[in-house]
Amino acid sequence: MRKLLFESLIRPPLTEPAPVSADVAAQELVTAINGKAYRRLGRSLAIRFVDAGSCNGCELEAQALGNAFYDIERFGMRFVASPRHADVLMVTGPVTKNMAEALERTYNAMPDPKWVVALGDCARDGGCFAGSYAVVSGVSKIVPVDLHISGCPPSPTDILKGLLALLDHVSEGTG
Amino acid sequence: MSLLDDLIGNSRPVSHHGPSPRAVADTSTWISAASRLSEGHLTMLGLWGERNAVHLALLDERAGATAILSLEELQNGYPSIAQYHPPALRLERALRDLTGLAPEGLADSRPWLDHGRWDLRFPLGKHSAPASALSYAFLPADGKNLHQIPVGPVHAGIIEPGHFRFTANGETVVRLEERLGYVHKGIEALMTGADPTQGLRLAGRTSGDSCVAYAYAFSRAVEAALGVKVPPRAVWLRALMAELERLANHLGDIGAICNDAAFALMLAHCAVLRELVLRSADAAFGHRLMRDRIVPGGVSADLDNNGKAGLRALHAELCRKFPALVDLYDNTASLQDRTVGAGVVESGLAGQYGAGGYIGRAAGRDFDTRRNLAYAPYDQLSFEVPLLRDGDVNARIWIRIREVEQSLSLMEQILDRLPDGPFLAEAPAVNEVREGMALVEGFRGDVLAWLRLSPAGKIERCHLRDPSWFQWPLLEAAIKDNIVADFPLCNKSFNCSYSGHDL
Repeated sequence: MRKLLFESLIRPPLTEPAPVSADVAAQELVTAINGKAYRRLGRSLAIRFVDAGSCNGCELEAQALGNAFYDIERFGMRFVASPRHADVLMVTGPVTKNMAEALERTYNAMPDPKWVVALGDCARDGGCFAGSYAVVSGVSKIVPVDLHISGCPPSPTDILKGLLALLDHVSEGTG
Repeated sequence: MSLLDDLIGNSRPVSHHGPSPRAVADTSTWISAASRLSEGHLTMLGLWGERNAVHLALLDERAGATAILSLEELQNGYPSIAQYHPPALRLERALRDLTGLAPEGLADSRPWLDHGRWDLRFPLGKHSAPASALSYAFLPADGKNLHQIPVGPVHAGIIEPGHFRFTANGETVVRLEERLGYVHKGIEALMTGADPTQGLRLAGRTSGDSCVAYAYAFSRAVEAALGVKVPPRAVWLRALMAELERLANHLGDIGAICNDAAFALMLAHCAVLRELVLRSADAAFGHRLMRDRIVPGGVSADLDNNGKAGLRALHAELCRKFPALVDLYDNTASLQDRTVGAGVVESGLAGQYGAGGYIGRAAGRDFDTRRNLAYAPYDQLSFEVPLLRDGDVNARIWIRIREVEQSLSLMEQILDRLPDGPFLAEAPAVNEVREGMALVEGFRGDVLAWLRLSPAGKIERCHLRDPSWFQWPLLEAAIKDNIVADFPLCNKSFNCSYSGHDL
């Protein structure tokens, strides 16, 4: 059985063609990310991920970016283990008071230039947790946010689209 | 005859609590419940508080019965359960942080969820000024050549935050102490005064990987309180969603655990299967994680023929591809070299803590809510509950593998027998206080939901207890004498929820 699996590695993709490239709009997205990432960041975008109080739904969809269908690394984007290595800080959750300092310190540990992506509805304004004694209700209350990607949770395709929008933003000069 | 009958018999039953009884106890009955727990005759399902009351949910595994004992009209505190029965420790610390009620007799006075960063103390009790001290004393570990490794709350991967304090001797872990509460969002305070629709949104966002299980438990608790009869089609669709959620999570976990033993091939294949499940769920129910699809009274989305055909295709695809991955795991000695014997949970601890899900079932605790406290439609479905005794990472993988197979079988049975008809029933207005409790088997273990509704139908108090409460402490025990480098592997094999625990 193992033989079968190894065979599947050398055959053309057994995992069906990436659905992001299956429909036309998504195909544009793939091409566009590729071009812009190459121009602006030398084909490399290092993302540091911080959960600041999410329910872990956004984490599941961000993890899914690594599967064979989305394969985010083909665009040169990858999740890194240290803020020192990161260009982008991706933050989920309404930002709990218990996580606010850790979030701020992670941001401060990143070298310039850097961008912040707030992922999910509750990262924008606290979502259904807004107003609780335990949350600050939004990533932008703690660190400057360059882009919000909405959804509860945003699908992997939405996240990819959002990263494209970020690259647009970067191209317009703030980077 | 259940042991619970004695305890309830000595207490004053509360009317309008369903489906199992709740009774207000006196102190001596409360303490005798603690003794039963410590002797292992009963299992603790939960312990939570209100401004002037504490509630202890109990399970008699042999009789398959549950009940809640309460102490009411409390002023400052109540007799600690944890002084007799350690699994209650963190629940009592959390209870004190939220309500201000002190567990009398408990030596550990440290906070748990309250890190001293809120604007107030005791959000569910009598509010007071915030705590000023931010220092937190970890338990000491003394000895020659010991060093500490602090990890978190921000971790290296795409995972949730929590702090782990290792004390190690060289590579060997001498003690691990967890510190959680970083993702505490105040869900229970937000619940208070909310209507069931808002409550459902919050419940479904308590632990995102279990949003079906939480919505399922919350909805069943509301239905138990109000006496709603759920249409048969909805009953079956709920189980279908629950099994899809279990499949997606178990497939993801099997891959991720193997990946933490540096075996990325399994992750690559399992992640593809997981993605197929999520896409089919999206096509069938309109959301990849099926969030907010189970609602009080039924389900919010019906399954059409296209969705059903998609799920059948998914079933066929998983049945075709999964066995090869099982063989791959079974035949890779280098992988098993990492998983066999790593992170052992003693069966005694699993029973004492009432650890649910694959953690309990891998360590000999033969309990599954779907069977032991069977709810429709599981009482009409045929399935086995896998059980192993080794309690190591390997056993937790095998339990997941067997549960994937069982879930596939359940999925097929449900698709074959799905009844037609309406899928949502109206909740009646009852104009009196009602209470309800429900237990649902999520992929991680039993999720408990308890609530009290006001005569106007608003939530007066809702408590959600994640299975992780009784699993996180076992991770501390399981990692002892393992090497630090095996911690990610052991931790992933537990895959406890931070958000579900911190609320």
